[in-house]
Parts: sequence; C-alpha cells; structure tokens
Amino acid sequence: MSHPDQNTAILVRDLVKTFGERRALDGISLEVGRGELYCLLGPNGGGKSTLFRILATLSLPDSGSARIAGHDVLSEAPEVRARLGVVFQSPSLDGKLTILENLRCGGALYGLRGAELESRIQEAATALNLTDRLGDLVETLSGGLQRRAEIAKCLLIRPEVLLLDEPSTGLDPGARLDLWAAMEELRTKHGVTALCTTHLMEEAARADRVGIVSAGKLVASGTPEELTSALGGDVISLGVNPGTGADLLSKRITEKTGCPANVVEGEVRLESREAYALAARIAGEFPGEISSLRIARPTLEDVFVARTGRLFADQNPEETAKAAKKKKRH
Amino acid sequence: MTMSTSKKLLWTPSVAFWWRDVIRFLRQRNRIIGALATPLVFWLLVGTGFGPSFRNPAAAAAAGAAGSYLAYFFPGILVLIMLFTAIFSTISVIEDRREGFLQGALVAPLSPAAIPLGKFLGGTTLAVLQALLFCLLAPLAGLPIGIHQILLLLPALIVTGFAMTGLGFLVAWPMDSTQGFHAVMNIFLMPLWMMSGALFPMPAGTGWLHLVSLLNPVSYGVEAIRSSFAPTVSNALSSGYLTGLGVTVLFAAVLFAVSVRLVAKRSRRG
Repeated sequence: MSHPDQNTAILVRDLVKTFGERRALDGISLEVGRGELYCLLGPNGGGKSTLFRILATLSLPDSGSARIAGHDVLSEAPEVRARLGVVFQSPSLDGKLTILENLRCGGALYGLRGAELESRIQEAATALNLTDRLGDLVETLSGGLQRRAEIAKCLLIRPEVLLLDEPSTGLDPGARLDLWAAMEELRTKHGVTALCTTHLMEEAARADRVGIVSAGKLVASGTPEELTSALGGDVISLGVNPGTGADLLSKRITEKTGCPANVVEGEVRLESREAYALAARIAGEFPGEISSLRIARPTLEDVFVARTGRLFADQNPEETAKAAKKKKRH
Repeated sequence: MTMSTSKKLLWTPSVAFWWRDVIRFLRQRNRIIGALATPLVFWLLVGTGFGPSFRNPAAAAAAGAAGSYLAYFFPGILVLIMLFTAIFSTISVIEDRREGFLQGALVAPLSPAAIPLGKFLGGTTLAVLQALLFCLLAPLAGLPIGIHQILLLLPALIVTGFAMTGLGFLVAWPMDSTQGFHAVMNIFLMPLWMMSGALFPMPAGTGWLHLVSLLNPVSYGVEAIRSSFAPTVSNALSSGYLTGLGVTVLFAAVLFAVSVRLVAKRSRRG
C-alpha cells in the first residue's frame, strides 16, 4: 500500500519511546519530502538516535507511527528495508575485505547478484569516486574513504531513502568536506532523499531543512535561513571581565534595557533587531565589566538556545553515557 | 521504485555470509595455526604421554587394526579441530555486532534463517576442510584412510562440523564480549568434548559417566567419525556409524532451529 502523498518520503507521527523512566521520544512528528536532505540536529541524548533506530526498523516505538516511502515502518518492515539505505555510526564494512568484496557482500544481502550486481557496483563506485580504490582492503583506508565506501554500499540497492547516523563522526575536517561534497552530488545528480542526524551546526546548515530535536521533541523545523531569521535580529555576545558575575550582569542588562539576556558558555547573549544601537548602549552603561563585544547573524546554535532555553552541549552527561552504553550493546 | 521484492531473502545473503567467512579465514593465517596446530600439538603430547598406559580392548577394536592411544585419540582430535574452528568462526558474530557489520545485516530484508545459515555453512566448510587436512596424518596413527573411509568420513565430518558451529553460534549470539565467550567455552564446550569419548573411553555399564556419554550429543559425532576408520564398510556400519550420524543430524537440526528462533527474536529488540 502506498501513501496517498507521493511527495512524502518520511512521515513520522507522534512517536513515543521510553527507556524505563526516561522518555527518549516524547511524541515527535516530522515530515521529509522526496529528494530532500533533512538534518536532525540535537545534542547527544536528545532522542535523535532513538528515532534513527526506529526508522531503520531496528527498534519499535511504544506508540505513534512512521512511514518510509509509503510503507509502515512498524508493520511492513521487509518492504521498508528493501527501499532503505542505512549508514550507521559504527562502520558496517568488513575491514578484512576489499571495497569491492564488501560491495558484493552488501548487494547480496538485498538479493542482488551476477551482472546486475556488478553494474550497480560500478554505478555506486563512480557516484562516490571509488572506482580506482575498489581493490583496497577496507582496514587500510582513511576514515573518509571508509565512509564513502559505506555510502556506496547503501546506494547499491538504489534506495528511495538514505538514513545516516552522525555520518561525519570521527572524520577529520578534510574528510568531512569530502563527505558533504559526495552528499551534495547524490542529492543533485541522483535525487536521493536523505535523513541525517548530527550534532554539528555546520553540517546541519548545509541541509535543505533542519529539525531541531531536544528532550525527545521536535522544537523547530525549517530551512536553516527560516530558522535563523525567525529569531528576529542579530545576536550580541558579551565577554565578561573577571570579577564580574555573568549571571548578575545578564540580569542587570535585562533590567536596564528590557531586552532578555541569558548566559551561554560564560558569555552574556541578547538578540535584537537593533543590535548595533543596543550594543553601543550596553557598552556605555556597563563600562569596565565587558571584556569583548561581538555582533553576528544568528546561527543554528542560537536557534537551539532560543527554542529550548538551554545550551547546545550535552544536556545530561549521565544520560548520554547511558545511551552510549546501550548503543554498544546492540 | 527499485525493488519489487518484499519477500525475506534467504539464499543469496546466506551464500554471501558463507563466502565472507571463508575469505576472512584465509586472510588471517594465525587462525589456521590456532585451529590446526593446537590440536596437533595436543594430539602428539597427550597421545604419546598416555600411550603406554592406555588399555582398552573395546576401544582398541574400534580403533581398527592399530590399538594404540594415538589411533584412539585421532577421531577425538578431529572433533576438537572442528570445535576450535567453529568457535573461531562464530566468535566473529560478537565482533560483527561490536563493529557494526551485523547492524548492516539486520536492516536488510533478510529471512531470520539467513544469518545462521550463512554462519553455519561457513563454519562447517572451514571445520571440514581442516579436519580433512588433518586426516593426512591418519597413517601416522596406524589408521587406514582409503576411499571408503573418506566416503564415510565426509558426511560424519559435515554434520559434526555443522553441530559444532551451531554450539558456537548459540553461545556467541547473545554475548557482547569475547571474554564471555571464552568463559563459556572453558566451562561448557570443552567438557562436552572431554566427556564425549574423544579423550578417553567412556565406561559402559550403569555408572554416571556412561549416562553422561549417552546424553552428550557430541559423543555421537565422535562415534560416527571413529567408526568411519573401521577397516571395512560393514565393520563401520555395525560399530555405531549410523546411530552416531543419525543422532548428530538431529542435534544439528535442533541447534539450527534454535538459532533461527534466537535471531528472529532479537531483530527488533530494544
């Protein structure tokens, strides 16, 4: 059965998943269109990996529904799996095999073989610039190449939807750029729909749309421009002189200017449409207490802070550690 | 739409897992040494050490013309080789889970039998090939190894190898560390082998050792392999070959069925 809306690749409705006392997903809903590159941005422990596992058919939610390419993730797992490419955080390639052997093995898991398999391998290797590395043992490759080989393996089945869990984790900056270029090409040339989880702002900023996940909820969703411009103005960041409490300064600035300030990583932050005038006023009103003053266009991090009232750091280190431990067990 | 199939795939993926296990094995030379050299040393040291004090008329008859301990111990060593090979090849299930290869397999549209079938076939292939290689040493133990011995040995080795891989798989699948696997191997798998008549003849009669050997499924594999070395086919058939083979086939089938159930149960947990 196909979903009535053919333009929707991923449809998530009110998913709830609890681990003991903790609500990892708290009624999350989202929609990803065909051909879209959608980034789920959120801190570790915020629920995006749980959502990823449910979409990848590895885990069942307590309630809610999810459809991929028109098929129900919960009741039609084989149909979903046949249309889904999944790139995990931990590599699913066998280091003792060459790229070519890994691709053959990966294709066989989806019933591909013979001439059809070989031609798809060539196609995927070309798309990811791997043709001259096919004979290399995977364990001898750099992290970036391994990740590209991983994506090539997923493309063999010509997936309608690609899921990527923190794809740039463990990659050096050069390899990251490489990966993003490959993703960009897949989207423009091959029209692949991709949902990608990340905790990196600069990665999310490259997506068509970004969903910000925090405490198991989708707190904002839209293009990176929509999200940042919705903040209403520019962001002022004030460095605080030693001897001055950031919290106290923040409170005094709020009282004095009427513009709500908060403390983020030791700096006082404010948003304003008239940031320049406000900055000049603050600098005049609080001489000697400010060590630096910066005015910038808001980033996705500012969006996160504004929507959640929290820092975009690990929200709860203890839960993150637990989640990591749990992940290892699977 | 790219794939019209929505059925759960079995054979093509199984063959891929099988082939992967064989390739991996050939690329890790130390595994060949681990699985073959250890039992060889064991056979020579224990065999020559116990040899002079070994007295067992029944076992001597079963061992064929040569009643030496080296000859008696030879089939037991073949089973040990297969047990070691099976353990090494199923331990990779634990590494696969840790490194992510298994996740890739779990999101593919596979039949729950695909992973166990591929693993069982891979482990069996490696175990049988190494056991056959070791059979080149049979004349050294004074055991005949001609066409009919090999024809009887092959099915016995295949079903025993399948069963050994099954034991390894069942231990490895629920584990998340290789240390745990070694512990189970030492307190469960090795005693199964030792109490199978592989190392010493299990006494007949009504004692508890006899009961253990009756209940221990591994002893039937040892029995089938031992009787394969009989000087004639009729000797082999009359000395428990068919019973040993039959019970081992049954045992292997049960292990396979349980493995498939375990995999099916796991696939969407957590």
